[in-house]
Amino acid sequence: MSQLIVPTMAELMAKGEKADVLFWVGCAGSFDDRAKKITKAFVKLLNKANVKFAVLGTEESCSGDPARRSGNEFLFQMQAMSNIEVMNAYEVQKVVTACPHCFNTLKNEYPELGGKYEVVHHTQLLKELLDDGKLTIEGGSFSGKKITFHDPCYLGRANDVYEAPRELIQKLDAELVEMKRCKAKGLCCGAGGAQMFKEPEKGNKDINIERTEDALEVKPNFIATGCPFCNTMMTDGVKNKEKEEDIQVLDIAEMIAQAQNL
Amino acid sequence: MIQQIVFLVLLIGFSALFTVNIRQIKKNINLGKDVDRSSNSKARWKEMIRVALGQSKMVHRPIAGFLHILIYVGFVIINIEVIEIIIDGVFGTHRVLSFLGPVYGFLIGSFEILAALVLISCVFFLTRRNIMRIPRFWSKEMKGWPKTDANLILLFEIVLMFAFLLMNASDSLLVAMNSSYYTVEFSTPISQYFIPLIGHLSEVNLILIERASWWFHIIGILAFLNYLVVSKHLHIILAFPNTYYSNLESKGKFANMDSVTNEVKKMLDPNIDPFAITDDTTPERFGAKDVKDLSWIQLMNAYSCTECGRCTSECPANQTGKILSPRKVMMDVRDRVEVVGKGIKKEGEGFDDGKSLLDSISIEELWACTSCNACTEACPINIDPLSIIVDLRRYLVMEESAAPMELNNIFNNIENNGAPWQFSMSDRLNWKDE
Repeated sequence: MSQLIVPTMAELMAKGEKADVLFWVGCAGSFDDRAKKITKAFVKLLNKANVKFAVLGTEESCSGDPARRSGNEFLFQMQAMSNIEVMNAYEVQKVVTACPHCFNTLKNEYPELGGKYEVVHHTQLLKELLDDGKLTIEGGSFSGKKITFHDPCYLGRANDVYEAPRELIQKLDAELVEMKRCKAKGLCCGAGGAQMFKEPEKGNKDINIERTEDALEVKPNFIATGCPFCNTMMTDGVKNKEKEEDIQVLDIAEMIAQAQNL
Repeated sequence: MIQQIVFLVLLIGFSALFTVNIRQIKKNINLGKDVDRSSNSKARWKEMIRVALGQSKMVHRPIAGFLHILIYVGFVIINIEVIEIIIDGVFGTHRVLSFLGPVYGFLIGSFEILAALVLISCVFFLTRRNIMRIPRFWSKEMKGWPKTDANLILLFEIVLMFAFLLMNASDSLLVAMNSSYYTVEFSTPISQYFIPLIGHLSEVNLILIERASWWFHIIGILAFLNYLVVSKHLHIILAFPNTYYSNLESKGKFANMDSVTNEVKKMLDPNIDPFAITDDTTPERFGAKDVKDLSWIQLMNAYSCTECGRCTSECPANQTGKILSPRKVMMDVRDRVEVVGKGIKKEGEGFDDGKSLLDSISIEELWACTSCNACTEACPINIDPLSIIVDLRRYLVMEESAAPMELNNIFNNIENNGAPWQFSMSDRLNWKDE
């Protein structure tokens, strides 16, 4: 495996260079073992397409999303304002992230606090690269396989991004199968609103199990996700149903990278 | 003449009562905090026309949506007839619009068909509510008054339609009899089927039935108008302003708390002497504990809710057995603002019954929300239960420090290491070499 090239904004600045796009890695992408694989897969694709990007590295901090959703507005705004200060200092214009929660927060909630950037989800950037001919997508091991896409709430309903991830899946030469609840009607994986970090309230089922059942109904070979938290929830759901031998849960970036043996 | 006076008294009386009640509701809605949603009026009109007038979200559930449109169209168009009834009532005329000639006959005929469609739809809705066990009509918050309310509305509409058809049936019989007062011919595609029931009656009895139906129809409508103010059926009016003022931004964007922005700026600005600040910008309360802490739009949302329960049936927490129900949140807000409104009317601005919204909406409900926006997406008139849930959470967290323990942990972690987990910020880029 070739070495990942991951410059930081600080390194580029020291060299007097500027990145075209800031890759906002997010906490999950930085620290969660499963999500780190998504981060790396995405970086491989960025490297392959020769995208001039950089990360904030140790200067990045939580976007504040879980704080805001759970009502801690003080903490959210402290996070937001200090992140904005860092990003504005680097004169960031465009941001890409593989986390729909960071995506939503940076895109919709930072502008009011002084952070105005063009923010895209990684599936949108990959789609752009594909359209510009900077990236090719091959089917590889995914050719002819059945893939279902689980819409992350903060990408889909919250920001109306439904097509970019689907177009990428179709480029894999795979059969995209839709769950009965998809797009604007997609069911949450159960992790949003800071639920990821707490035990669910008393009920008769966990939400990720309910959602996994939706996915199992269409008998896919793969469940594609575009969010590190959805990924965890769906992976747990598939394990709970003892289907991990038959169904793999992968981020779209991982699929594209794997298909090209990156 | 007597009839005209009685009619005028009833018309003015009921209208005045309605005005008073609507004013009270407006006052109650204005108990909410001010929020400016006046911008972008073009897009707002469009949204209202699409969602409220055009019922675009109703048809997401095709059967209920279609039947609802029948009732809605029927209701709006048949009300043209009410204009005639009012003119007739005031001036003592009979079917004053009949000068329209054949058009009039056709109009009445089409009203009859619509009335029949409304009737069928209402009967279907009653069956659906009471016999088919659709879960969202049987959940906890629908017991008692909400269920009665729903059935009363449907029965009301059925009876009103019957009165309209019976009036036409008796009228057409009287026309056929060459009865002196009844001279206007019109088509009777539906009411002709009532003729076997009353065809054998004498002229006097038919006049009696015709007059009784006429009076019943108009008094029924005036009474129904006043029933709206205590009923979930108020949505037939409020759906319009509610969609006009609805959130047009990305659903994921939560309202920024400017009061917090001021505080945070002070905290982050090293040049400000914290002791020198004379603070008058800090609000009484962060987040919402009671209805007065919510915005007027959120309170209007509550009055607009017709308790259809689409939000609750789409809610992932509710579907998996949690007690959270976005519909219940809206119903609790309306119930509470009614109590507070009445209290203020009686005791003045200082009204305090020692209770708050948090007495009816429990902490367990609030923390079950995943903020997924399924409820706001599902609502046929753009009600936003999520914003209320978040405002109540804000109160719990910022005023009461009453977040679940796990969340307090992530708050600490975010504050200290910039991530919800206990990892050191300096390890944030380690992934690239692993």
